[in-house]
Amino acid sequence: MRRSRFLPWLGFALGAAYFLLPLIATFEFSLREKRDAYSFLAYANVLNDPNFRATFTYSVTVAIATIIVGIVLIVPAAYFVRLRLPALRPVVEFITLLPLIVPPIILVFGYIRTFNSSSFLPLTNSTTGTNILLTFGYVTLSMPYMYRAVDTGLRAIDVRTLTEAATILGARTPTILMRVIFPNILISVLSGAFLSFAIVIGEFVMASLLNRPAFGPYMQNIGANRAYEPAALAIIAFVVTWGAMGMIQLLARFAPKTSATLVE
Amino acid sequence: MRDEFLRLEGLTKTFGASTVVKDVNLSVARGEFVSFLGPSGCGKTTVLRMIAGFETPSAGYIHVDGRNVTNLRPNQRKIGMVFQAYALFPNMTVAGNIGFGLKIAGMGKDEAAARVSEMLKLIGLAGFEKRYPYQLSGGQQQRVALARALAARPSMLLLDEPLSALDAKIRVSLREQIREIQKELGITTIFVTHDQEEALSISDRIMVMNAGRADQVGTPFEIYNRPQTRFVAQFVGTLNVIEAIVADPRERTVKIDSTLINLVHDLGARKAGDPVSLAVRPESVSLGSRQGRESRLSGKISDVSFLGSVIRVRVGVGDSQFSLDTFNNPAVPPPVAGSPAEISFSGKDLLVLQD
Repeated sequence: MRRSRFLPWLGFALGAAYFLLPLIATFEFSLREKRDAYSFLAYANVLNDPNFRATFTYSVTVAIATIIVGIVLIVPAAYFVRLRLPALRPVVEFITLLPLIVPPIILVFGYIRTFNSSSFLPLTNSTTGTNILLTFGYVTLSMPYMYRAVDTGLRAIDVRTLTEAATILGARTPTILMRVIFPNILISVLSGAFLSFAIVIGEFVMASLLNRPAFGPYMQNIGANRAYEPAALAIIAFVVTWGAMGMIQLLARFAPKTSATLVE
Repeated sequence: MRDEFLRLEGLTKTFGASTVVKDVNLSVARGEFVSFLGPSGCGKTTVLRMIAGFETPSAGYIHVDGRNVTNLRPNQRKIGMVFQAYALFPNMTVAGNIGFGLKIAGMGKDEAAARVSEMLKLIGLAGFEKRYPYQLSGGQQQRVALARALAARPSMLLLDEPLSALDAKIRVSLREQIREIQKELGITTIFVTHDQEEALSISDRIMVMNAGRADQVGTPFEIYNRPQTRFVAQFVGTLNVIEAIVADPRERTVKIDSTLINLVHDLGARKAGDPVSLAVRPESVSLGSRQGRESRLSGKISDVSFLGSVIRVRVGVGDSQFSLDTFNNPAVPPPVAGSPAEISFSGKDLLVLQD
C-alpha cells in the first residue's frame, strides 16, 4: 500500500515558509525605496557608500587573517591530539565548544581586561594591537566550527599510517603536516574556513566593543538610521554567507578519493 | 653464515603491565629474507615496529649493519617499509608517491624521475605514473607501496603483513613478485605474516613467535619437519599430536595404546613411565601397511572428508586421533566411517615435542 506523502510535504512546506517568508519580505521591502515602483535604489545606495566598502573590506581582511591563524593553530593541534594524545580528545573537544557556551560579550570584556593599556600586553593601546586582538577573538569564536571540520577531515584518513609511511621515508613533522596531512584534509579545512568567514563577516559584538570599523557595526548603524538600506544590507550579507556555504558544497566534490575503483 | 646485517639482542617491549615482546634474539644475514610468523597478538608486528623505530624497546638492542640504531628516529634509519593498509598518499600520483622519499632526500628532479621510472618497471606498472591511488586495485596499490619503499635504496626492507588485505589469487602472485624483487636487489628483508603458507613459500628463514617469544628460528624445511615446540608443530601445517608413555628412554621406545614404538629422536631427560607428546604429519601416516613404515597401530575410522583429489581420513587409536591423507582413486570407493583400520608410519617421522 502506498503511504500518503501529504504530511511530509506539508512539514517541508511549513519549514520552507518559516525560513523563506521573512527573507522574501525583507527582499521585497528592500526594493521599495522608490515610491510606487520596485527598484534596486537601496542596493545602489549601499554599494556606493564609501563606509560600506571600507567596512566590508576591513571585515574580509580580518576574516582572512582569522582563517589563516585558525588553520595554523588548529590543524597541528587536532593532528597531534589524534596522533599522540588520543585520550585528550574529549577534553579538547570540550574546550573547543566553550565559545558556543560563553557569550561573545563576556569574551570581549575578558580580552579588554586582560589586554588593556595597563596590562602586561597592552594590545588595545594601538590600532594594530586591537586588530590583532579582534582577529584572535574571531579565531576563538570560529574554533568550534574550524576544529570540527578539521577533525572530521582527519577522521577520514589513516593519520597514523600515513604519518609513519612519510616518517620512514625520511620526512620530518613539518613536512608531513604540509605535504601529506594538509592536502588530504584541505576540503575539510576550507569548509571550516568558509564557516569562519560567514561568522566573522557579520559579527557585531566584538568589533563594536573593540571599536573597530567592521561590517557588523556598520550594518547596525545603518539599521538604526535608515529605512530601506538595512534590508538591502541584510540581503547582501545573506548572499555572502550562502555563497560561502555553497563553496563548501562545491569543494566537497573535489575531496581526495581513497578507495580503489578498479579490480585487478 | 653470511655476514650479519641485523641483530636483535634481548629485545623486550612492555605496554603498561603487559609484556608483549619477551627477550627476542635474532641474527639476520645480509640479503636474507626472514619472516616473522605467528598468530595475532604474538608480538611480531611490535618487533617489526621496533626495528623501524616506531616503538622504543623497553630493553634490548637493535644493530643494523654493525651500528646500534636502538635510539635512532625512524627517519634516520634508512629503512624501507610496506604497510598492511598500503598507506599511499591519496593526494599524490603514483610517481609522486614513489618519488616522495627521493624529494625528501634532496635528489635532483631528473635523477628522481629516472629512479621512479626504474621502480615502476621493476614492479611492472610502467605507464601508471599519472594515476592516483584511488584509480588502482589493491594489488597495484601495494606494488606502488613496495616501489616507494625501495626507491630511496634503503638498507633493509620491512613488510608488515603486506598481502593480508588482498584476495587469494593476487596474494600468491604478489608474494612471488616480492621474492623475485628481493632476490634481484639482494636487500635484507623482514616479512611479518600470520599465514604459514606465505612464510614457508618465500622465506630463507622463519622466526615463529608465540606470546611475545621467539619459539623457533629456522629454515622453512626445519620449521615444518622439525618443530621444536608443541606450538610450532601445531601452528605450522596440520599435525597429529599423540600422547604416549615412555617405555625405555635409552632404547627410545614409547607405548601408544599399548603398542611399542621405536623412535629415532632422543627422549631427553624423561624416565620410563613419563608421559610424552609426539607429533607426526598426516603425509607421514598411511592407511594400511606400506613399505618403510614399520610401526603399525589398529583403530577405527572416525571421519572421512572428500576434498577432491585428496581424501582426509581420521582414525581413532585409543585416546589419540590420527589424520592422514590418501589420494582419490576413482576405481576405489573411499573408506567408510566406523570401519576398523590399520595405520602405519615410521618411528623416524615421530617428533618428540618439548612443551
